[in-house]
Amino acid sequence: MTWTETLRTAYDAIRTRRMRSALTVLGILIGIAAVMLTVGLGQGAQAQVANQINALGSNLLIVTPGSSTQVGGVRGGRGSATTLTTADAAVLSNRQVVPDVAAVAPVSTSSQSVVANGQNWTTSIVGTTPQWPAVRARSTDTGRFFSPSEMSAAAPVAVIGSTTAQQLFGVRSPVGETLSVGGVQLTVIGELNTAGSTVGGDQDDQVVIPATTFADDFSAGGTSVSSIYLEAASQQDLSAAYQETSNAMLTSHGVTPAAADFQVSSQASLVQTATSTARTLTVLLGGIAAISLLVGGIGVMNIMLVSVTERVREIGLRKALGATPRVILRQFLTEASLLGLVGGVLGVGLGVAGALTLPQLLGQPVALSATAALGALAVSLVIGVAAGVYPANRAARLAPIDALRSE
Amino acid sequence: MTELPLYGDDLFDGPAQPGGHAATTTAGSRPTPILELVDVGKAYRSGSLAVDALRGVDLTVEEGEYVAVMGPSGSGKSTLMHILGCLDVPSGGRYRLAGEDVSDMEERQLADIRNRRIGFVFQQFNLLPAMPAWRNVELPLVYAGVPRAERRARALEALGRVGLSERVDHRPGELSGGQQQRVSVARALVTDPSLILADEPTGNLDSVSTTDVLGLFRELHEQGRTVVLITHEPDVALQAERVIHILDGRVVDDQLVTGGTRP
Repeated sequence: MTWTETLRTAYDAIRTRRMRSALTVLGILIGIAAVMLTVGLGQGAQAQVANQINALGSNLLIVTPGSSTQVGGVRGGRGSATTLTTADAAVLSNRQVVPDVAAVAPVSTSSQSVVANGQNWTTSIVGTTPQWPAVRARSTDTGRFFSPSEMSAAAPVAVIGSTTAQQLFGVRSPVGETLSVGGVQLTVIGELNTAGSTVGGDQDDQVVIPATTFADDFSAGGTSVSSIYLEAASQQDLSAAYQETSNAMLTSHGVTPAAADFQVSSQASLVQTATSTARTLTVLLGGIAAISLLVGGIGVMNIMLVSVTERVREIGLRKALGATPRVILRQFLTEASLLGLVGGVLGVGLGVAGALTLPQLLGQPVALSATAALGALAVSLVIGVAAGVYPANRAARLAPIDALRSE
Repeated sequence: MTELPLYGDDLFDGPAQPGGHAATTTAGSRPTPILELVDVGKAYRSGSLAVDALRGVDLTVEEGEYVAVMGPSGSGKSTLMHILGCLDVPSGGRYRLAGEDVSDMEERQLADIRNRRIGFVFQQFNLLPAMPAWRNVELPLVYAGVPRAERRARALEALGRVGLSERVDHRPGELSGGQQQRVSVARALVTDPSLILADEPTGNLDSVSTTDVLGLFRELHEQGRTVVLITHEPDVALQAERVIHILDGRVVDDQLVTGGTRP
C-alpha cells in the first residue's frame, strides 16, 4: 500500500468523524497557539525592555546611591541613600581621574506642579548640566538646550519634553513661554525630541533645568544628586570607564569596595537584569502553555484509542481483505499524525494572527519567529505520532477473527 | 515441507478463467485441489481449559466445486471457516490452499494469501458505511498495490457482474440488504480469487434477497468458480452440489446433492 493510499485512508477516516476530529484538532491548535503567543509575548517584552534601556543613551554608565544604613542598623534599599553629590560629579568630570569618560551629567529630580498658559500639570523637574543631551542621546526639536553660561548663572530657563509641552500648551510651540513652578518663573527655551517611555518612566514628560537653578530653587541649596549619568568615550572604553568611575568614587568617598555607598551600572548589565526577569516569565508562561499542548496530545491519544475500539470490525475487515499488521499500524499512525499536524498548522495560523492583533489590543509587542513556528509544527507532528503509537499498535495486533466477530 | 515449485503468481493472478487453469501437481496426473486439509485440528486454550474445536478434519475441494458446509452452532464450522479463510492457522495437520501450504505462515504472509486467493462474503456484509459501493469493492485491490485507475475499472466491472452498475456511487446505507450483499460479492470477486468463501451469506437477508444472492453464487459456480458456503440452513445448503456436515469438530457426512436444480 503506497503512502498516497495511506494518506487517503487516514484523510477519509478523519473526514468521516468530522466533529470529533475537529475537537481533537482544537486541543492541539490551542496548545500550539498558546505556546507561540506566550513565548512571543515574553520575547517581545524582553526586546522592549532592552530597547528602552538602550534608548537611555549609548555607552552609558549610571552611578546610583547605594543602600543607606541607619543608626539602628536598618538598611534601606538601593538608591535610598543620598550619598551622591555635585562634588562626585565634579570628580568624575576630571579627565585626569577618569580619562575614558567623555561626558558627565549629574541629575537631581523633584516632582512639582507646573502652571502655564492657565494649565496645571504635575511633572518631574530635572536639574542637570549642559552635557545631559550628549549623555542621554537627546536633542531639541525646537529651540535649544541651556548653555554653560546659563548653567553658571543659574538662569531661570527650562527645556521641556513633548508630553509636557502638549499638556501645557497644546499644539502651540512652547518656546518663549513662561512656566511657573512652585512660584519660580522659568522661561521655556526648547522642546526635547520624542523618546518614548523607558525604564526610567516617560522620557517625554519632564522639565529640564540647569543644576544650579535646581539647587537654588528646588533643593534649598543642597548638593545631593539622585544619579550621575556618564558616557564612555566609545564602546571599547566602556569597561575601562567603568573601572575608573568605581575607583574614583571609592577614593573620593574614602571607602573600601565592600563598604561602597554607591553603585555603578552599565547599560549592558541593566539590560541583562531586566531581560532576565522577562526571560523567567517567558519560561514560566511557556511551560504552562506547553502543558496545555501536552493535554492536547493526550486528547489525540484518547481519540485514537476510542477510534480503534470503535473500528475493531473495520480493522478486522481490512485485515481479512489483505491488510498486513504493518499497513494497519501505518494507517492509524498516519491518522494521528495528520490530526497533530492539522492542529499544528491551524495553531501556527492562530498564533500568527494573535501576534498581529494582540499588540494593538494590549499595547505589548509580540515577537514572531519562523523558527518558533517551524518548531511548533514539528512538535505537533511529534505529539501526533507519539499519541498514535500505542493505539496504532493495538489496532495492528488485533486478530482478524476477533475483530470480525465483535458486534 | 518442501516448496512446491509450480505455483507462481502467473497461474492465479491472470484474468479469470477458472475452468482453464490446467493446474498440475508434482504428481502431474491430477489437477491440484483448491483446498486440501489433512488431519487439521484446532484447539483453543482459555486458561487451563483446552477446547478442541476441530479434531482431525480431512477435506479436499477441487477447482470449480460448489460446496456447502453445514453444522449446528458449536460444531466447529466457524473455526473451519476461519482456517479455510486463512484468518486463523490450524494447531495440527496441514492445510494447502491452491497448493500453497499455509499451516505455518505468519500473519503478514497470511494477509497476502487472503488478499490474493480468497474472496470473503460475510453474514454482516462488512461494508465500510462512509464509502460508496465502488470504493468498498476496490478495497482488496488497494492492499494488493493495484494502481488507482485500474482499481476503479476493475471495481466497476465487478459491480457490473453482480448487476449493480447503476449503484456504484451509492453508499451501503442507501442500498437494500440484498444489494449490500451483492456489493460484498463484487468485493470478493474483484481480485479474481481462487476461492469464494461465504460465511452465512444469507443469514441477514429476507427470502427474496436470499434467492437473489444464492442465484448469484450459482452463476459464479457455473462460470467455473470455486465456492465454499457455510450455513446452518438446509435449504441454502441444497443449492450447492456437495454438502459437508460437521459435528463436534469432525466431518460426519460428505455427499453430492443429487436432486439439485442444476441443469
